[in-house]
Amino acid sequence: MPPRGSLVPVFDQLHWPLRLERRQKPSAAMRICSSPLAALAMLATGLLVFAALGKDPVAAFRVFFVEPLNSTYGVGELLLKATPLMLCALGLAVSYRANVWNIGAEGQLTLGAITGGGVGLFFGPALGHWGQPAVLSAGVLGGMAWAAIPALLRSRFRTSEIFVSLMLVYIAQLLLSYLVHGPWRDPAGQNFPQSQPLSDSVLLPSLLQGTRVNVGFIIALVLALLSWWFGTTTAAGFRMRVGGLAPAAAAYAGISERRNIWLAMMISGGAAGLAGVCEVAGPIGMLQPVVSPGYGFAAIIVAFVGRLHPLGVVLASLLMSALYLGGESAQMELQLPASVSGLFQGGLLFYLLAAELFIGFRLRRAHRLPSAAPAGGGGA
Amino acid sequence: MNLAVWVTIAASAVGAATPLILAALGELVTERAGVLNLGVEGMMLIGAMSGFAVGVSSGSLWLGYLAAAASGMLIALLFGVLTLSLQTNQVATGLALTLFGVGLSAFAGRSFVGLPIRPLLPLRIPVLSELPWIGPLLFHHDPLVYLSLLLCALIAWVLKRTRVGLRLRAVGESPEMAHVLGEPVIRIRYLAVLFGGAMSGIAGAYLSTALTPMWTEGMSAGRGWIALALVVFGTWKPWRVLAGAYLFGTVTVLQLYAQGLGVHVPSEFLSMLPYAATIMVLVAICRDPKTILLNQPASLGRSFHPGY
Repeated sequence: MPPRGSLVPVFDQLHWPLRLERRQKPSAAMRICSSPLAALAMLATGLLVFAALGKDPVAAFRVFFVEPLNSTYGVGELLLKATPLMLCALGLAVSYRANVWNIGAEGQLTLGAITGGGVGLFFGPALGHWGQPAVLSAGVLGGMAWAAIPALLRSRFRTSEIFVSLMLVYIAQLLLSYLVHGPWRDPAGQNFPQSQPLSDSVLLPSLLQGTRVNVGFIIALVLALLSWWFGTTTAAGFRMRVGGLAPAAAAYAGISERRNIWLAMMISGGAAGLAGVCEVAGPIGMLQPVVSPGYGFAAIIVAFVGRLHPLGVVLASLLMSALYLGGESAQMELQLPASVSGLFQGGLLFYLLAAELFIGFRLRRAHRLPSAAPAGGGGA
Repeated sequence: MNLAVWVTIAASAVGAATPLILAALGELVTERAGVLNLGVEGMMLIGAMSGFAVGVSSGSLWLGYLAAAASGMLIALLFGVLTLSLQTNQVATGLALTLFGVGLSAFAGRSFVGLPIRPLLPLRIPVLSELPWIGPLLFHHDPLVYLSLLLCALIAWVLKRTRVGLRLRAVGESPEMAHVLGEPVIRIRYLAVLFGGAMSGIAGAYLSTALTPMWTEGMSAGRGWIALALVVFGTWKPWRVLAGAYLFGTVTVLQLYAQGLGVHVPSEFLSMLPYAATIMVLVAICRDPKTILLNQPASLGRSFHPGY
């Protein structure tokens, strides 16, 4: 009675003139094109949303994507916002390739901000020239420490790293909130929940005159190269990919799952911690209750849109940064809500997942064979 | 400390547990069909927003709940099309659903922030609700509290005792075998995903119209994730999920009452409790690998391709 034997049942049951067919081998062209296609689909949807909200789509497009970028300052902002996204997403890409689902980059970022910011606050002036490296390392270690919890629980007790890393996001944010409302509050800060400003000696040097972009962006680019090298030439990178693609084969080949989990978590946690400290020692310059507008979550999207490849992640983080800037600009000039960025980010990931279908499948005109025509029949 | 305080705490724990029960039961059915939907948080937020919006605009809370269930189903359908028909990765798609739900609910609900709503009121069961202690504890709750209990019993019975439940479980354990036996695997999975969406939507609406009668961005604050963890904690069994939810409800409420009870710990640390408790119970349940192996639906999270 139920129609069976269909590759993609919904499509079949609707008797569409097109049908999906599995490719003989995955399409190399689609592998490259899926992300740009998803971005285009998102753009088209965005224009429709603007039109539905009663805004002129062309003007809205200009406000969203062109105006924020047509000054040196604007380009600086693009690179500045891309930095934490890129750092987090590079680490997450390594982790996801190993089939380790760290989704708590936002928490590791927050803890990196706390430890890095803490070192900067209390030891900054005393450290002299070593201020910046010390603060950055403290941030990396903070992120790693936070990621060590899900790594330990997953490798020892098989507890899902998805839940643990996510729960730790809320705990890290509450910890930061406690610190800036309580012990670390600036006594001269007129009761605002914020720490003292960090001393100049620990703040990251600016990269371009007249912009806020700092050396954090260069660090992120270097890390992209490093992660490329790690993934393509090192044995550890290879072991992690095998562990992700074929866990059973990896176990048979003697690849330690525990080691892969730890490596994936340390790399992604450390990178997220670095992103956090780069925000605190960069554009923010102090600790405050909220140090990130969800960069750690947006980085999950960046990692996927970048197809878990370092170069893709670099490009995707620039795109995502442009979405953040566009959202701010649309908020100011078109009185659109800031949440429109969040909507576009989530939508982008949906389009991407759908577009990835065409790597393994293709659309063909349906040739309805006589034997396949009656309802209930389908290709065997 | 007197007994009356504890009765108040226990009674409000029931309220705090109800959205967790509803969402977790929905996810339990989805997972028993072999589909892991990590988008519960997103579906809850969509439900909270649409339930509140329709409730305020129409003046009828029941219409609000209907809208919440429908919108939860609609967004779960999106998840279903992607994971079941287009066979995308369930983990990634679930995350996308959560991120999308956060954005969409914030965007669509922006004009409802701060509006007042007439909340869902407790039933006053005559005589029984006036009993000392037992009255407020058992007989003075809103209808959804009782509905959640009823649904738990119903789901437990359907899964264990009926043909429908058997077919659902077969699809979750071994879709290949169920397919060979003529089960419409994908269709059953669609129905399970839609049911999960409706339940998450209702759970969300309970947050915004009963527990804290208002709408704010991201108001579920991780409850969707806690509900997901509860399914694991309850080892995919409805009654255990119910017990786990009441445990969590108690932790959540204790944290609110702690300061009144003279516990001098900064409020931030108390607010961490539910999240820390989630981690601890997950560790406790996962420590013995057999518990998970024996109870987890065997094909959970794996795509099924019929037709080769």
